[in-house]
Amino acid sequence: MGRLNSGDVIDGFVLDEKLAAGGMGSLWHATKPGIDYPVVLKVPFFDPGQDVSTIVGYEVEEMILKRLSGPHVPRFAGAGDLAETPYIAMEFVKGESLEGIAAKAPLPAHEVTRIGTLIANALASIHRQNVSHLDLKPENVILAERGAVLIDFGLARHFELPDLLGEESSVPMGTPAYISPEQVLGNRNNPSSDIFSLGCILYELATGTKPYGEPTTTAGMKRRIYHTPLSPRELQRSVPRSLSAVIMRCLEVDPLRRYAMAGNVAFDLANPEQVAVHAIPRGRQGFFGRVRGLFSPKQTVDLARASTQSVGEGRAVVLVAVDLADGADTLAEQVRAEAQRVLAASPGARLACVTILKTEILGAEADVDALGRSAYVNRLVALKDWAQPLALPDDVVSYHVVEAFSPAAAILQYAKHNDVGHIVLGARASSALRRHLGSVSAEVVAEALCSVSVVRVKRIEERARDAA
Amino acid sequence: MRIGLLTDIHANREALDAVLAAVAADRVDRLVLLGDIVGYGPDPEYAVERCARLVEDGAVCLKGNHDEAATVASHSMSENARVAMEWTRKRLSVEHARFLAGLPMERAEDDRLYVHASADRPEKWNYVNSIAAAASCLAATTARYVFCGHTHKPAHFYSLNGRTPSVFVPIANVAVPLSPIRRSVTVVGAVGQPRDGNAAACFGLLDLAGRSITMRRVPYDFEMTLSKVKAAGLPAWLGMRLQIGR
Repeated sequence: MGRLNSGDVIDGFVLDEKLAAGGMGSLWHATKPGIDYPVVLKVPFFDPGQDVSTIVGYEVEEMILKRLSGPHVPRFAGAGDLAETPYIAMEFVKGESLEGIAAKAPLPAHEVTRIGTLIANALASIHRQNVSHLDLKPENVILAERGAVLIDFGLARHFELPDLLGEESSVPMGTPAYISPEQVLGNRNNPSSDIFSLGCILYELATGTKPYGEPTTTAGMKRRIYHTPLSPRELQRSVPRSLSAVIMRCLEVDPLRRYAMAGNVAFDLANPEQVAVHAIPRGRQGFFGRVRGLFSPKQTVDLARASTQSVGEGRAVVLVAVDLADGADTLAEQVRAEAQRVLAASPGARLACVTILKTEILGAEADVDALGRSAYVNRLVALKDWAQPLALPDDVVSYHVVEAFSPAAAILQYAKHNDVGHIVLGARASSALRRHLGSVSAEVVAEALCSVSVVRVKRIEERARDAA
Repeated sequence: MRIGLLTDIHANREALDAVLAAVAADRVDRLVLLGDIVGYGPDPEYAVERCARLVEDGAVCLKGNHDEAATVASHSMSENARVAMEWTRKRLSVEHARFLAGLPMERAEDDRLYVHASADRPEKWNYVNSIAAAASCLAATTARYVFCGHTHKPAHFYSLNGRTPSVFVPIANVAVPLSPIRRSVTVVGAVGQPRDGNAAACFGLLDLAGRSITMRRVPYDFEMTLSKVKAAGLPAWLGMRLQIGR
């Protein structure tokens, strides 16, 4: 394609104003009749007959962007024939580039948490669509009104399609400051590579320092496999322990020790009191601890192995809602057993145990019992006791006593805010009360965006039927 | 234009009927049959006659090694295949044999080449079952896209600028893009004797406008085929493998 000028027309796209020109191509504001959102056109510098491998990034971006949907990616507006007039047209996303925000780091912890949650939600959305970005960095994140929007899918991977970059050279593909260890070694099969890059971004936002610097050689990039950076809190005392722990878990060298799903990161950022801050072993702290790999079994971690992690409809969080108003009964036991089955079938998922405390019993007098303990604490104790037979380690289970007037609304809201992938709850035998109020489980089943398991105890149901 | 690619029917009537019904539901404009209509399976007459009718209606039909073996002195074959072929020959009429003997080895259309085994000396029945075999196949033709069968295992080999191809195993019912700047050879899975661990019949759905190829999977009544294999006295393994898709 020859020199482009404002006013030129490509496949109906009218070039308006040139945004930028880089080494590989130029970026234009454009319009096209019938497209009612602002459009940006990426056009590579490319002459017919030129080596087409220079435009592989365009091919990858077109292939992936046109299959992605949702608020966290720019809308795909069109693309030209790569062999004739290569270009890619997409929505111009209005918002603030994270690059500018990162330049002001260190940011306050609540701001790092807010931004981290937005990016984690965006990652969860594309991962659910079987796509890894694989070049996550501040300049590829736009904070828009609708949330974080990820741009530039030129290095991305769709796990159900051929990897068009897999056949390219063995040089690591990514950005040195943010690339994951497995990508440095040429492995593009792991969805949690994006979580490592997210960890690098949050580290930078929290401390103003890039955890691995900006190495210029492959050897320099490989250093992250053997060398753990100081934790953000060691660098910046104002970083809360929980945030520091979340970031360091994102930066685990072994993908299996990292958060399995972006939804887990969002969950931990939203629930700092549930983060296991002791997750970083003492032995790895201090200088000798940080030079890891020399004598430890971690050296044998096979970063080139094929990913065994689930992608697509992975369940980051399983929510189990249990009614403990009358103590742990048979139904509560069965709900626990069902939660255990769902959890067993959801590798990497964590369990959020929720019980609802009806607000009406939280009267001025009723919230403190004879021993002076609040109803809230009592219920939390009961919830932990109920979950105890599951024998789950601290970092995969959390407990939430939610005060609400409507249990169904509270469960649904919790599920929405924590990217819950599966809800387990019980249903009571029909009663006059339920007929009057409507059933919690029916409302949850009707409104939830994820799978819902409703547990009933047949013996109790039969007894209720016979009594009626 | 949507083209249905059917290969390795292998005299499996139930699989062929199920696939033809699915092809109709997929609004396919044309059919290309990539060979091996007979061999292994218990319904060779039906398969040949059905394919002959499809050809009358405009389908392209190529010759496979089993179709060749049904009409000329047998080349090297596995024991089960040889036994089944001797049984098959007895079942086929002169007319059936004439249809099979008259089938072409390959067919070129625009930037596409259809062949049963490999574009690299089609008469040698080379398997495109490795990167090296795919490279030889692509080197033997100027067509941008090659579509073949013969291995009974879906695979998509793609290459940019004559480099060593990469391989991708297509996921059932997920469209694989056909890149305008790459060359590729796509091995379509078998209609009548899948060997990729999925017992469902397979056919290729080639979408020219959408530039993609999809391995469509179609469940069929293999219990029926299995009972026919038994009744015909064909080697038991030829029935068992239909159940497990190996």
